[in-house]
Amino acid sequence: MTLIKALLKLTLISVSLSAPLKAAEFENFESAVSELPQTDFKTLPALLEGIAELDDPRISALLKHLSDGEVYFLKSDKKVFYVVDQADGSAQIVDVLSGDKVADIEKKQLNKVKTNNSIRKGIGQLQAQLNINHPDPDIRLTAAREMLADVSRMSDKRLKSRLDKESDGDVLEVLTLISALKQFTQDDTESQFAALEQLDSTLEPDVRQVLITASLDTENYAPEVLAKIKDTMASIDNQRNLYSYAENIFFGLSLGSVLLLAAIGLAITFGVMGVINMAHGEMIMLGAYTTYVIQQWFPNLIEYSLLIAVPAAFIVSGTVGIIIERSVIQFLKGRPLETLLATFGVSLILQQLVRTVFSPLNRQVIAPEWMSGSWQINPVFSVTFNRLYIIVFSLVVFFMLLIFLKKSALGLHVRAVAQNRDMARALSIRSNWVDAATFGLGSGIAGIAGVVLSQLTNVGPNLGQAYIIDSFLVVVFGGVGNLWGTLVSAMTLGVLNKFLEPLTGPVMATIIVLVGLVFFIQKRPMGLFPQKGRAVE
Amino acid sequence: MKLRKLIVAGSLIASSLTTQLALAADTIKVGVLHSLSGTMAISETTLKDTVLMMIEEQNKMGGLLGKKLEAVVVDPASNWPLFAEKTRELLAKDKVDVIFGCWTSVSRKSVLPVIEELNGLMFYPVQYEGEESSKNVFYTGAAPNQQAIPAVDYLMNDIGATRWVLLGTDYVYPRTTNKILEAYLKSKGVKDADIMINYTPFGHSDWQGIVSDVKKFGSAGKKTAVVSTVNGDANIPFYKELGNQGISAEDIPVVAFSVGEEELSGFDTKPLVGHLAAWNYFQSIETEANSEFIASWKKYIKDDKRVTNDPMEATYIGFKMWAKAVEKVGTTDVDAVEQALIGVTVPNLTGGTAVMNPNHHLSKPVFIGEIQDDGQVEVVWQTPDTVRGDAWSDFLPSSKNLMSDWTPPMSCGNYDVSTGKCAGKM
Amino acid sequence: MNYPISKFSSPLQRVTGLLFVMTLYVVIANTFFAPDSFWHVSDYSVTLLGKYLCYALLALSVDLVWGYCGILSLGHGAFFALGGYAMGMYLMRQIGDRGVYGNPDLPDFMVFLSWDSLPWFWMGSDSFVWMIVMVVLAPGLLAYVFGAMAFRSRVSGVYLSIMTQAMTYALLLAFYRNEMGFGGNNGLTDFKDILGFSLQSGGTRLSLFVLTTLFLGLAYFICHRIVNAKAGKVVMAIRDAESRTRFVGYNTASYKVWLFTFSAVLAGIAGALYVPQVGIINPGEFSPINSIEMVIWVAIGGRGTLYGAIVGALVVSYAKTRFTAIMPEAWLFALGGLFVLVTLLLPKGLVGLWPQVKASFLQRWPSNKEKTL
Repeated sequence: MTLIKALLKLTLISVSLSAPLKAAEFENFESAVSELPQTDFKTLPALLEGIAELDDPRISALLKHLSDGEVYFLKSDKKVFYVVDQADGSAQIVDVLSGDKVADIEKKQLNKVKTNNSIRKGIGQLQAQLNINHPDPDIRLTAAREMLADVSRMSDKRLKSRLDKESDGDVLEVLTLISALKQFTQDDTESQFAALEQLDSTLEPDVRQVLITASLDTENYAPEVLAKIKDTMASIDNQRNLYSYAENIFFGLSLGSVLLLAAIGLAITFGVMGVINMAHGEMIMLGAYTTYVIQQWFPNLIEYSLLIAVPAAFIVSGTVGIIIERSVIQFLKGRPLETLLATFGVSLILQQLVRTVFSPLNRQVIAPEWMSGSWQINPVFSVTFNRLYIIVFSLVVFFMLLIFLKKSALGLHVRAVAQNRDMARALSIRSNWVDAATFGLGSGIAGIAGVVLSQLTNVGPNLGQAYIIDSFLVVVFGGVGNLWGTLVSAMTLGVLNKFLEPLTGPVMATIIVLVGLVFFIQKRPMGLFPQKGRAVE
Repeated sequence: MKLRKLIVAGSLIASSLTTQLALAADTIKVGVLHSLSGTMAISETTLKDTVLMMIEEQNKMGGLLGKKLEAVVVDPASNWPLFAEKTRELLAKDKVDVIFGCWTSVSRKSVLPVIEELNGLMFYPVQYEGEESSKNVFYTGAAPNQQAIPAVDYLMNDIGATRWVLLGTDYVYPRTTNKILEAYLKSKGVKDADIMINYTPFGHSDWQGIVSDVKKFGSAGKKTAVVSTVNGDANIPFYKELGNQGISAEDIPVVAFSVGEEELSGFDTKPLVGHLAAWNYFQSIETEANSEFIASWKKYIKDDKRVTNDPMEATYIGFKMWAKAVEKVGTTDVDAVEQALIGVTVPNLTGGTAVMNPNHHLSKPVFIGEIQDDGQVEVVWQTPDTVRGDAWSDFLPSSKNLMSDWTPPMSCGNYDVSTGKCAGKM
Repeated sequence: MNYPISKFSSPLQRVTGLLFVMTLYVVIANTFFAPDSFWHVSDYSVTLLGKYLCYALLALSVDLVWGYCGILSLGHGAFFALGGYAMGMYLMRQIGDRGVYGNPDLPDFMVFLSWDSLPWFWMGSDSFVWMIVMVVLAPGLLAYVFGAMAFRSRVSGVYLSIMTQAMTYALLLAFYRNEMGFGGNNGLTDFKDILGFSLQSGGTRLSLFVLTTLFLGLAYFICHRIVNAKAGKVVMAIRDAESRTRFVGYNTASYKVWLFTFSAVLAGIAGALYVPQVGIINPGEFSPINSIEMVIWVAIGGRGTLYGAIVGALVVSYAKTRFTAIMPEAWLFALGGLFVLVTLLLPKGLVGLWPQVKASFLQRWPSNKEKTL
């Protein structure tokens, strides 16, 4: 019995706050809605509970609009409306009771029915109760999982009727869990055992929470049940650990892919050409700003903005790169260390240029819908879409570049000039032209990295600074002039960092990786994959 | 030749630095010490413009004491030793009468010895960790008890949070704030196991692991809230990761102390909607003074999309207070103005009045708001009364006995109540 | 062009002479002229000049390894900062119970972190002698260990540069951590006095300034001797063709290690002199950008000439001071442009300009030749 009490207590903690007062009682939907303008944060939950008790088809629309902050009332006669903002900036105003569009009211005449987090949370729970019979299986699934947090909210009768009707496998699974949890709270060892059997393979955190609470409760559970709980938890935790391992690898690869994208342009300008390009970060920054400008120019194409921005950023950064090569770097041939100084100067100028043109404030780059959200593989392991796409994208860029360098004529020339400039010239390769193209290529790819980073971090004048050191480390660790090395080193550093992070915290993880890198270079002074042959010195 | 060139150059340096004695005292000089380049330019440039706007407005009204105000703008370039150097330049060379400046704590710490040595006067407009009170500095931003503690109260009482994640960037403001909050939470009966503290480096951009930890921490069946003292640049990756990992404001609300309207204008606000911010000012608060201020700011900066924020209001209040105090004593002499400032009141932009207390901190109202998708913040809660800024936190063992009162006879920034001594005084 | 200058024909004499004249002037001017006199050098200027001279000493140390041995260190800021921290710790302890919390034993930030005793690495930091030892030892040891590992395993060129950068970056992150016990992001500040002399008095400032010029002069002299000695020739041979020098039979690694260590110690001393004059040391000094800036001083002034490094540090620092005041919104354009133009047009730096000018001058008026030389 005390378990139920404990559960109740838990429930109370989560629910009581959304419903501190007893549910109000109403005659009908109209009378309930008329109360809305008089509510505040304290009284609104009770009112909503009361509304949910009613049987009216308009309820779910009201709850939805309320949680979206779209419910308003007239300042003059307190009539309640939905105000839905349209894509063109206008607002559609709809009468809550009749559902008719209203044309002669301006937004200024209206006041908002304010909600806050906990009220919206409460609305979500009410919606779940309503939605458990929704025709859309996805909505049913969300509703069912919402119920899982507190199974007492679902009556046995409702659960049974739903279980009989349910056709969707995922929803059925969650419903079974709910029924198992309900069974688990019963007061006989037999059904507790049966329930545990069913809970054995689930990863739902809510289930684990119930088990943790139960495992500490020696009063109400027989020792053999407690032992069984322990076993169940061990098997659950085993799986969880496995997934958290997988999660770490994913995090690491995703960090690695960001490093790869940031470094790959440098692998060309620095690795192949030998220019210590301190302006590399600014090329990334220009790519990110290009994304911003594209979104400003085509506000209706946000969903496609990234696809447009990738070639645009390549062209913008690439062009700037070629200009830098032609105006500065070409005069510094054979003085690689001095390219460091000149490009550092260039990077200062570019930063200040962006500050002057776009203001020093961060610019807002919107994430398209398809880049948001995550792919929920199971309750404890989900993969965010943007990271997933970035991993794929970075590999695509990498292999395209590799193929370009290995298979195309220009790529051949680039490698030829890098290996032996004089010989290449003797074979009638226009080395000046190739230099400009190579630098442009490296800068252009940095620009593409900028498009990706605009999805992850701030777009501001300092964006490039944050990645320049990492980029150099990746290239050097991999071995200067070796693209495969860059790939391996980026991924290694990423995964290493993410495995250290939970143990040491993010700051120490970075420090350890850096120090490790310093030691590694002592062992292998030319990086993971050193250049071989005469070209080395 | 070389030698002569160097001597000429050297003496030029020396003379240009030495001969800038007050040219003519027909203007009142206002120093503006905000980074215009480097990492902090992003926040501080706005405050420079705010001060310039205030000066312009004051001059339109005829200046102060019959003199025009003149701004002396320098760029300390987000470089902390340079802050000290520039302060010295402003005070010793340009002879400014007052300085508006600094954003980060370390820049203020760097400026502090110089400003005390040369007896300058500075207004510091940003929320900070407290634990300081200088005769020469007036703190118009929030102390922890004017931002952090009310925010936690709100989460605890109105949202019902019982499990806490304190996330911060690893520097002194988050460290102090989290220490104070930890002590405060424990005094309210929160157990150690229900508090998770995590620090990240500046500009941390890879939040996958931490957000996933927060998610796990929050799935323990108790209402969890995150108190974020994460610094500017690291915020957007953090919120994006929260959004992408499916943590909504309804599940785990995040209250931030360094995310305001201006930061929001550079964010894609989608993942932030519903999360909380705690400040002493929001642009969305409808008062006459506020709409006037917003209008004149937009006009001054010639950009209709620019927003206003809390540190701007703090600058506004500081400037108005200084002007009022100068008029009151009829001089810009630092000691006279410093004494006159205590007790000065200026109307807040959000209604009510701000009072300068003897501890050089303000009494201000505290607002908690939910972030909206248009980058504005909607107030969901506010303190019934103004809150008096505390220089020394009562929740830290090291400072609970300290108090600050710059009026005679005490005239001490860190008076130890238990020993009856003014520490730091010889 | 006239007689007395020809006396100072060697760079050594010129630099030490100039330093001497400047110091003498500042000392005399501040002793004999009233503070509002035209000739008086204000405290502000003395501190500023002192700071520039610390930078000059730092630039000298960078030039010694880069200009003469070809080791492009992008981590000299780390040695500078370590020296600074050693000094900062001493100054912190000198505050005693005058800190805001009035704790006689612990610096304020430790009281605040609720530590109840000094961590072991703060032991002895209240002794002036120990401070001097640490100023030399901390950067020296780090440089020795790093150098011994790197140079013996023949890490060179760009790899070495990036490793030094990684080193200073790791230290930056480490010192940001509050648990490290060096004051975290705020670093060490609010110093009161040194050896009992108030840091805020003009006299102390002047003494520190004079001390800095003395150290700079001394360092210049020693560097000059090193590069002109036989060891210096070996070092330059290493710069120009390391493998060949090794094949000839020199232990190039050990030359490099010792030069690197000596240079780090110089940088540490510069840091130690810098801290009491600017009044703060914080992890920002470890930031890789700072180290790059040091390299740029040397490049602008003229790499491989000791006085070039000094000229570069002074010119760039002065430009920064002036630009940030004159055109706060656009100074980065000017500074960035300066870097680009100097690298493009003056490969030998500013001091390389002089022989060029002289040459063209001589071409035009060959009759002046005798007098000029």
